[in-house]
Amino acid sequence: MKFAVDGPGGRGEAYAYTGGKRLDASLPAIVFVHGAMHDHSVWTLLARWFAHHGHAVLAPDLPGHGQSIGKPLESVEAIADWLLALLDAAGVDEAALVGHSMGSLIALEAAGRAPARVERLIMVGTAYPMAVSAALLEMGERDPFAAIDSVNALSISTLAGKPSYPGPGTWLHGADRILARRLQMAQRDANLFLTDFRVCDRYRGGLEAAARVTCPTTLVLGARDQMTWPKHASALAEALRARVVTLPTGHSVMSEDPDALLAAVRSAVAAPPETPAG
Amino acid sequence: MPGYANPGFDTLALHAGAAPDPATGARATPIHLTTSFVFESSEHAASLFNMERSGHVYSRISNPTNAVLEERVAALEGGAGSIATASGQAALHLAIATIAGAGSHVVASSALYGGSHNLLHYTLSRFGISTSFVKPGDFAAWRAAIRPETKLLFGETLGNPGLDVLDIPTVAAIAHENDLPLLVDSTFTTPWLMKPFEHGADLLYHSATKFLSGHGTVIGGVLVDSGRFDWNAATARSGRFTELTRPYEGFHDMVFSDESTVGAFLLRARREGLRDFGASMSPHTAWLILQGIETLPLRMARHVENARKVVAFLAGHDGVASVGYPELESHPDHALAQRLLPRGCGSVFSFGLRGSREQGRAFIEALKLFSHLANVGDCRSLVIHPASTTHFRMDDAALARAGIGPGTIRLSIGLEDPDDLLDDLKRALKVAAKA
Repeated sequence: MKFAVDGPGGRGEAYAYTGGKRLDASLPAIVFVHGAMHDHSVWTLLARWFAHHGHAVLAPDLPGHGQSIGKPLESVEAIADWLLALLDAAGVDEAALVGHSMGSLIALEAAGRAPARVERLIMVGTAYPMAVSAALLEMGERDPFAAIDSVNALSISTLAGKPSYPGPGTWLHGADRILARRLQMAQRDANLFLTDFRVCDRYRGGLEAAARVTCPTTLVLGARDQMTWPKHASALAEALRARVVTLPTGHSVMSEDPDALLAAVRSAVAAPPETPAG
Repeated sequence: MPGYANPGFDTLALHAGAAPDPATGARATPIHLTTSFVFESSEHAASLFNMERSGHVYSRISNPTNAVLEERVAALEGGAGSIATASGQAALHLAIATIAGAGSHVVASSALYGGSHNLLHYTLSRFGISTSFVKPGDFAAWRAAIRPETKLLFGETLGNPGLDVLDIPTVAAIAHENDLPLLVDSTFTTPWLMKPFEHGADLLYHSATKFLSGHGTVIGGVLVDSGRFDWNAATARSGRFTELTRPYEGFHDMVFSDESTVGAFLLRARREGLRDFGASMSPHTAWLILQGIETLPLRMARHVENARKVVAFLAGHDGVASVGYPELESHPDHALAQRLLPRGCGSVFSFGLRGSREQGRAFIEALKLFSHLANVGDCRSLVIHPASTTHFRMDDAALARAGIGPGTIRLSIGLEDPDDLLDDLKRALKVAAKA
């Protein structure tokens, strides 16, 4: 579904997957925010499940990614503003925010900026600060396709992700690699890899945002994650008083164990709102 | 640099898609011979049917053993995923039927396996899908044959049986200039000799019956998607691929390109093609092909090594008029083969006997190690006379267009001791000369 979003870069057309159903903004809303070098398609199983179980679902392609046209935005803060503008465009007053990796920082910042609009915060494959090595940033500047391969190899912890994502027969390493390559190639005037990873690396407002978050928060971490190591999420978990769920996956939690992630997100969304996290 | 996070070809051939069985600890991939899979609850069942969860429902659509094979072949090819099918022919049909229907058009190389030619020229035309055949190296002809209703370009990595080398980079560029995908039959080369996706192909398939299985035991196919073709962009510009980019009433009004940016083609191929055409692979077959793939790198190296010895022998024999192997400078695609196939040109090739049809027959009947049959890519050496078997439906003109003469003999070189193969050929050539 296409939306006209008044974001930080001006009005632009944005695409958001709505879970295979027409968006009904009167239903409890849940928003899935993808990470660096991804698009909405990393969320489609979860998004379909929630859309067919009583929720209004938005899984946007962030600006400059996939079907959302325009240049990529260059800070977590700017993308968080854009995300809130997307909610306005979709007629969604409040929502549960689920973000992965870079998307988790965007969800956190949005929850800090508009705490009254965010009723649940679920951060998947996250860490704070989300520091990126100088070597990877340098590789991303010099040879972004090599950098994509490097990140891809580290992101998926198994050679046999079962039952695979979005269905049997998908080679997770291949699908993730070609998605990132396509997104990179689609940006003729920007180095998307470098932009996205700098967005992660430069974000400094995490603890301040966490202090403003008022909703129950859950962190879903991959025990074998080599991109956002679980131990690097502990300060954030403490600041958010978050419930922490650890799954037997790498960084690609959505594709390596979609059923376990669904269970974790369902549980997080179903938690009573008055119950403080932790 | 290969390592656990980024494994090399030989490692993927053994491990991709497979892990110790979580229920039993079995290290080898189990054969899941079951038609169907128990649902945990009604809600679980509904969510599987509605693609809200990933999992297996019914073995015509997917099966855990087949899924290991599918992931492994996709890994070896550098693809996003694949679908195991009942045969290579089923894979070709599935590839075409997923994006083409009545009124659609295909542009194909004229240097094709006879079965593929039959499907395109005779059978699919009965269902309203027409094909224009062009010489694989005639790029102007590829361009000229493309119509608004064309849905894909198609050729074989090594054309059967003349071993025309498909210039994949050039044909892929022609396809992409016209918002079309390039499909290739990669059976003769296997990913060990060439990965067509690295050269620009978008879709490929194997007759897994041949080198992937390698033992002449089972019939099977695998259709692989690179995930690279942008169906949305191509539809926006050409209006061609609404099968993948508009709601499909036959499956929950799903827009496949929205569900999966890189897997739209395979989603429809599985959710419609396997569901409705039903040309699925038996899990037992999948397991046997997996056994074959585990040794694919070792076997392909030996196939090529043996083939080179046989080619050298035949090229120097007085009873042989010609040998059509792209590693020979005499082959018209020699330079292209050097570029695209540096590891070798496989072990299937043809040669022309001097003499009459009778002498050709005498040659084949005198062979003892070479089996006279209609297959290639077996661990055993094979021989056939294309004009009277695989391509018998073609008239002489069509045969000539496919690069086949009435005296052409096709060999598939196996893994025997090469000296024994040379001895068998030497003796049969002597018999033919006296016939």
